[in-house]
Amino acid sequence: MKKVKFVPYSQLGDAWMEPQSFARFTRTCVIWQLFKFARYNLQIIKVLAKGH
Amino acid sequence: MAKVVVLGSGFAGQTAALNLRKSLKKKDHEVTVITPNKKFGYVPSWVWVGVGKMDVSETQFDLAPVYKKKGINYVNGLAKEVHVEEQFVTVDLLDGGSEKVEYDYLINATGPRLAYDMTEGLGPDHGHTVSICTPNHAAEAGEEYLKMVERMEKGETVKMLIGTGHGMATCQGAGFEYIHNIAFDLEQRGLLDKAQIKWISNERMLGDFGVGGMVIGKAGHIVSGKIFAEASFMEQGIEWITGAAVTKVEAGKAHYKTVESSEVQTEEFDFAMLIPAFAGVPIKYITKDGSDITGDLCAPNGMLKVDADYSSAPRGFDNWRKEDWPLTYQNQTYKNIYAAGISFAPPHPISKPAASPDGTPIVASPPRTGMAAGIIGHVVAMSVADIVNGKSSEPEHTASMGDFGAACVASMGKSMTRGSAAVIAMYPVVPNYEKYEYGRDMDATFGDQGLAGHWLKALLHHLFIYKMKGKFGWWLIPD
Repeated sequence: MKKVKFVPYSQLGDAWMEPQSFARFTRTCVIWQLFKFARYNLQIIKVLAKGH
Repeated sequence: MAKVVVLGSGFAGQTAALNLRKSLKKKDHEVTVITPNKKFGYVPSWVWVGVGKMDVSETQFDLAPVYKKKGINYVNGLAKEVHVEEQFVTVDLLDGGSEKVEYDYLINATGPRLAYDMTEGLGPDHGHTVSICTPNHAAEAGEEYLKMVERMEKGETVKMLIGTGHGMATCQGAGFEYIHNIAFDLEQRGLLDKAQIKWISNERMLGDFGVGGMVIGKAGHIVSGKIFAEASFMEQGIEWITGAAVTKVEAGKAHYKTVESSEVQTEEFDFAMLIPAFAGVPIKYITKDGSDITGDLCAPNGMLKVDADYSSAPRGFDNWRKEDWPLTYQNQTYKNIYAAGISFAPPHPISKPAASPDGTPIVASPPRTGMAAGIIGHVVAMSVADIVNGKSSEPEHTASMGDFGAACVASMGKSMTRGSAAVIAMYPVVPNYEKYEYGRDMDATFGDQGLAGHWLKALLHHLFIYKMKGKFGWWLIPD
């Protein structure tokens, strides 16, 4: 939580989340992101297909 | 010979012009584009121009060579009047003089007028805020931002205010991208602690984006997008004010009301980028006897009315349905006139409207992103082409925002190794609670964040500039 500098906690809802070290690591892990890149493209194709 | 005229050269106009030219034989039919622009601008990348991470020239290309190659007539000027019965457009040419352009079919794809004037003191030209809504504004914003960086490098703390500058503004996504790109850039420079970054928006909650927010499936749960949006702000130490209508901007001060309070509150800033309200481009619609019927053909904000159900707005949020939204984008009074992209008047917002206690409307207006504009431009062009080619007598191609989805890749930092973007896809854009429990198809609606999102955004930059240039196989690239 050290990076949360200015957020007044009254703004938070009943539920909130904070990414931990593993989640942060996966965001820039090239192998994992290559898999994600393929997945995003397939998901977008699915959205396109549904609208056409 | 049919004469088809397209007003505008943005996503909707360019898509319409290219598809018309592809579907109509050059020797038989004319396609003309009237635009005040000499260059096409790839809007989604202006957010990078605004943080000095991309030169504006990388987001643009000259229109004239493309139109010459494609056999599209190019009138470089500002459309002023549409004479709806005599079927011609008067144009103030940029090189001086005026021209009368005749049409059989007219597609209004002008995009929005950036209505800085609706908020006193807003905007880069006559106000106190920067903008990333035009290429020149984005380049100026980039220069101003780098001046702030210099101040932070000297040890100063700088207050930055990003978001929307009017209670009825749209395009929160662009603001979201900009604030995250600033936070990412400052983090990379080791200056994040020197910035107090604050978001101010007319969204009722973070993650609304003018589409009423969204829920997504995550780890076997249905989760509100609000949580993800809040998490992304918290992670960078960004404060936020939502449900706010900025009413006035002075040097270093933004005044606003909220849905909770009519009392005018003030937020101080050293640097502010606030998206203005969008209105229709001021084109007059004139009948044969000289009567100005703009007020009849257009909504109060100046956007052209089409085949939407405009009587639906007073029925209220709980009774709005996807059937309220237009299918063919054909004007119902003059059926040879269409509107594509941001130029068509939405029947009502998608998000739940609110107001301050004294009645100032506060609602995120419906976004019509590049993808939606492209899809609409495409179907309008196909309908007109079919009518011109004698295949139909009425527009048969449809694209309701309640029937098509949209993918949005929101940059959160530009770097091929450390960058990030939120990848958001939703189907349909306008929620359909009669068909889907959560308003949208959970099988096709998702959101995620990571480096792959940045790769996708970078890929789309090159892919769509290629498409908009009408290069070999351009039509194979989806809208």
